[in-house]
Amino acid sequence: MQLSVKHLLGIRDLTRQDIQLILDTATEFKEVLQRPIKKVPSLRDVTIVNLFYENSTRTRISFELAEKRLSADTINFTASGSSVSKGETLLDTVNNILSMKVDMVVMRHSASGAPHFLAKHIPAAIINAGDGINEHPTQGLLDAFSMRERLGRLEGLKVAIIGDIMHSRVAMSNIYLLKKMGAEVMVAGPPTLIPKYIQEAFDIRVEYNLRKALEWCDVANVLRIQLERQNQVLFSSLREYSLAYGINKRLLDSLNKEVVIMHPGPINRGVELDSDAADSKQSLILQQVENGVAVRMAALYLLSGGRGSMN
Amino acid sequence: MSGGFEETNTFYMKTVLNEQQLAITIKRLGHQILENHVNLENTVLIGIQPRGIFVSDQIVREIRELVPADVVKYGKLDITFYRDDVRTSLHAPNHTDIPFSIENKNVVIIDDVLWTGRTIRAALDALLDFGRPAKVELCVLIDRRFSRQLPIQADYVGKSIDSIVSQKVKVFWKEKDGKEEVVLL
Repeated sequence: MQLSVKHLLGIRDLTRQDIQLILDTATEFKEVLQRPIKKVPSLRDVTIVNLFYENSTRTRISFELAEKRLSADTINFTASGSSVSKGETLLDTVNNILSMKVDMVVMRHSASGAPHFLAKHIPAAIINAGDGINEHPTQGLLDAFSMRERLGRLEGLKVAIIGDIMHSRVAMSNIYLLKKMGAEVMVAGPPTLIPKYIQEAFDIRVEYNLRKALEWCDVANVLRIQLERQNQVLFSSLREYSLAYGINKRLLDSLNKEVVIMHPGPINRGVELDSDAADSKQSLILQQVENGVAVRMAALYLLSGGRGSMN
Repeated sequence: MSGGFEETNTFYMKTVLNEQQLAITIKRLGHQILENHVNLENTVLIGIQPRGIFVSDQIVREIRELVPADVVKYGKLDITFYRDDVRTSLHAPNHTDIPFSIENKNVVIIDDVLWTGRTIRAALDALLDFGRPAKVELCVLIDRRFSRQLPIQADYVGKSIDSIVSQKVKVFWKEKDGKEEVVLL
């Protein structure tokens, strides 16, 4: 029983069995999190550094909590206030940290491929906590876990990913994962925010009309407009985007079925999602955050063990 | 740890308990537990995943025939995350299901084979994360004597056997293996 990979760099590298194993293990960790003492000793001999070169609330707290629930020792590193501003390279920073006997690295970086680069040069296991516009594998896994938990399956499920597909690592991880698990995937949003090649590259549906997308899907995974990654004008204003692609309760109620609403956070309330939709019982948003800890525990547990058998 | 074996070399098999003896032994263990815990209201039974469940399922079935079925509190405990060999080999977890409080209760842990004692050590650690039981007892179907690596003994024993380290004890169950038997390989 082992993952086919040494690092969790992206869903792209995982097999269907890997994904199944992580989700099944996460189910058992979710049970652990309901106990009076929400902690197991599995990783008590492991030290993990959380390297965050980019801002994060949910992911960083979620990883740190997952590590602590597994009894690992943790160190937190954020780029601001570190020697990165003095010009130290990524590899130097990481090698310095590893020389203090750290076993695993959880990393978020604004450059796509940064964790892949690191994986080639250091011996520690690496978990990608989001790299640029490439992938955010644990978010993809927790989204899938939440869908499976609510709807009982992934196979044949119709999932629409709505919004800024172009700049979203969450979209990439979701597409890879859902396709591998046999779900049907659609991306929806304004044409300027959907990469031209995406339909052929992934064999998925593309839709420019929000209403049609919602009528088709069982689950709508709504994404944030990533203004920080856009260096040109891709739509005229947030107000116009909201009018064409914002989801509110009235729109959801006008459909003749109940669509499950998901969002990786942080939400821009009133832009892609209105409060009445985000806080409705159709929304899985807070369950996603809750499940995130269990899923990350599973990933850390599965990447930490079995070292003896590899020697 | 005790229990799981992949290959089965039937050539060297020696029967420890046949189907009839196994049924009688299970019945006796059920009665012994009930004898010591006449009032089951303060006692809970917990089977150890994965292979202890086959024993605990049958013992619980036995006890439920003797007392009103709803008095018997029965849970399942998985010890994967508490193992002491997680660095040498990784194991997939099984399901833990303890839908009641064990605080101040008498807990009877049930497993199939007591060998090195390491599984039970892990089970005790796992159990204590659910609360502080008044008392914990151990019930095993097979006790491999003189092979303990930790100071752990069972309170209820189906059958004690003497075996050497290279030997293996395998318990077959009807639901899983098509026959019911305990053998020494």
